[in-house]
Amino acid sequence: MIAFLTKRLMHAILVMFVISVLAFAIQGNLGDPIQQMVGQSVPESEREALRERFGLNDPFHTQYLRFAANALQGDFGFSYFYREPALDVIARHLPATLELVFGATLIIVLLSVPIGVYSAIKPRSPISRFFMGVSIIGISVPVFLTAIVLIQIFSIGMTVSLFPQDTAWGSWLNGFLSTEGGMPSFGRGQDLTHMVGYWDSNLFTLGGLRHLALPSIALASIMLPLFIRLIRAEMQEVLQSEYVKFARAKGISLRRIYFVHALKNTLLPVITVGGVQIGTMVAYTILTETVFQWPGMGLMFIDAINRADIPLIVAYLMIVGVIFVVTNTLVDLVYGMVNPTVKLTGKPA
Amino acid sequence: MSLLNVTDLDVRFALRQGEVRALRNVSFSLDRGERLGIVGESGAGKSVAAFSLLNLIAKPGFIAGGSIRFDGQELNGMSERCLRKIRGNRISMIFQDPMMTLNPVLSIGEQMVECLKAHRRISSREARTIALHKLQQVQIPSPETRLDQYPHELSGGMRQRIIIAIALLLDPDIIIADEPTTALDVTIQAEIMALLLELCEKHNVGLILITHDLGVVSQVTQRMLVMYAGRVIEEGPTREIINDPQHPYTQGLMNALPQMATPGERLNQIPGSMPSLSKLPSGCAFHPRCGFVKRADGQPRRACHDVIPDFVESGNCRVACHMVAEMLNGEPSLAKEETP
Ligand SMILES: Nc1ncnc2c1ncn2[C@@H]1O[C@H](COP(=O)(O)OP(=O)(O)O)[C@@H](O)[C@H]1O
Ligand SMILES: [Mg+2]
Repeated sequence: MIAFLTKRLMHAILVMFVISVLAFAIQGNLGDPIQQMVGQSVPESEREALRERFGLNDPFHTQYLRFAANALQGDFGFSYFYREPALDVIARHLPATLELVFGATLIIVLLSVPIGVYSAIKPRSPISRFFMGVSIIGISVPVFLTAIVLIQIFSIGMTVSLFPQDTAWGSWLNGFLSTEGGMPSFGRGQDLTHMVGYWDSNLFTLGGLRHLALPSIALASIMLPLFIRLIRAEMQEVLQSEYVKFARAKGISLRRIYFVHALKNTLLPVITVGGVQIGTMVAYTILTETVFQWPGMGLMFIDAINRADIPLIVAYLMIVGVIFVVTNTLVDLVYGMVNPTVKLTGKPA
Repeated sequence: MSLLNVTDLDVRFALRQGEVRALRNVSFSLDRGERLGIVGESGAGKSVAAFSLLNLIAKPGFIAGGSIRFDGQELNGMSERCLRKIRGNRISMIFQDPMMTLNPVLSIGEQMVECLKAHRRISSREARTIALHKLQQVQIPSPETRLDQYPHELSGGMRQRIIIAIALLLDPDIIIADEPTTALDVTIQAEIMALLLELCEKHNVGLILITHDLGVVSQVTQRMLVMYAGRVIEEGPTREIINDPQHPYTQGLMNALPQMATPGERLNQIPGSMPSLSKLPSGCAFHPRCGFVKRADGQPRRACHDVIPDFVESGNCRVACHMVAEMLNGEPSLAKEETP
């Protein structure tokens, strides 16, 4: 266990080192920080003095070491726009993003497992075919389109009649779709529960959950088809295995075979892929948050780019890197705990 | 009436290219406590026969006809519910590869207890006691610790012992063992086989032993079937078939044994290989490889090419071969069923 953690820590340090070098290199190339600070009118001699003072004339590695030393103490410099430490700005936006990712993950888990398992057990049933069809479409639809459609249907209500108005079901569907859905589609709303520090939560009030719903669904829609297909494929493979045949030859009920013998073996590889995808989802929040004006890190990052708020951009990249590393380590830990064939040692199994 | 009577078992696979017939007119019986060997090259249909007895043939395979009578009940067409009560309980199975047979994420104890609980109303505690007892019977060292171990912690031989223990858990009437030692180290094959034989004898359990080791068949079984391309081609008391094989294919199998070869020379393999089920030759499926398709005088025997041979009695054995029939009765043995 200790060996495992040490090894993961080494990995983490290496990954963070690479990310930090990249982030720092970007920082140097995103324009002249002095210009950002003082504007056009200041004469060149004064600029040069400022450059000297901020160490901008030092060689790259000296500047990087200074940056890294500060970053290790949580100091990413001051956001130009907010005029406060970049890390504080991030900390303020982080909970909204994490709750969005949490909501999407919950939706993915709750839907993909039953759908994937069902369509593996009954691949020929119309329901399975329907879900497989939808998931192919789902893979190819970009998230902003999903988001806009969701907003149109559930928030605004349809303004055109899609279905034949002269049939009973058609007019009912049209009526259903055109009623103002009233699902909030802008920001986090007012019903937030204050937790600790910067964390205000959407999760504990109905109003908060209603605000979280559409953005979470939109974000989940990116990964959901992938997960359904992954679980289905894994489960189908497991159902072909000798140990499943042997369990049947022992007279074990199909129910137990599906949910005890097969599901656990199915979910093992899914955990690994899934964990990595959750990390990736943090990055996908940029689009979702922009469409829904969700005040999380993603939206903050877009704004920071528009404002050339370099310290904030760099801090964001570093924090996303940390989230990646942490989720991957957690996933490996969980995998090791549920898979008896993996011993948590430093060596690969 | 024997304990198990299989009559004209017909198993097919509905493949994209069309239907192939994996078993045709397979008939045999097994008395209580009797041990029956099934031999044949790989692809002959031995595993299909084993799995279809408990209706465990996976799609696209299906039982197209025939009867499987076990202890007064017809298993072909029986509901899953009722079949499940027989599987693992009255007829259990041992698979070929112990490395693949146990579920990697469930402990040995769980895999034994669940089997007991599927068939008996007992507490987990009682089930564990029985499981422990069976592990002792298969001579596993420190059985208590094994119950909490996972398959990957045990060697192949150890796992096959555990699988034998699982097969014996509910004191079945019949064990079907599909090449139970093929995947094991040569050094422990004999050990495992001896254990299986000893336990079957001791508890009067019937055994259907699938293998391509004729030596094992002669040591373990009382009667045997030889299969070729989905059919039984010779059947009878093991001793008689081993001592005096009638069918040219069975003779070929015997001649191919290493002990029949002169040291330093090649083994006497049967020329050619078994045809695929989708491209079965006409007449006797073995005729393209058979040394007896011509009579002694050089005349071809038409029946071998054209007609599927039916069984003829030869001593206590049944043989499906035109040449044998001719020697016994003076005329080829014509099957009721023509090649489709
Ligand atoms: N899943 C399957 N799909 C199609 N054909 C199969 C399948 N399983 C078995 N068969 C057919 O049945 C034949 C007999 O297979 P099997 O019983 O496994 O042979 P063996 O005698 O080596 O155990 C194979 O040659 C193959 O043609
Ligand atoms: Mg086989």
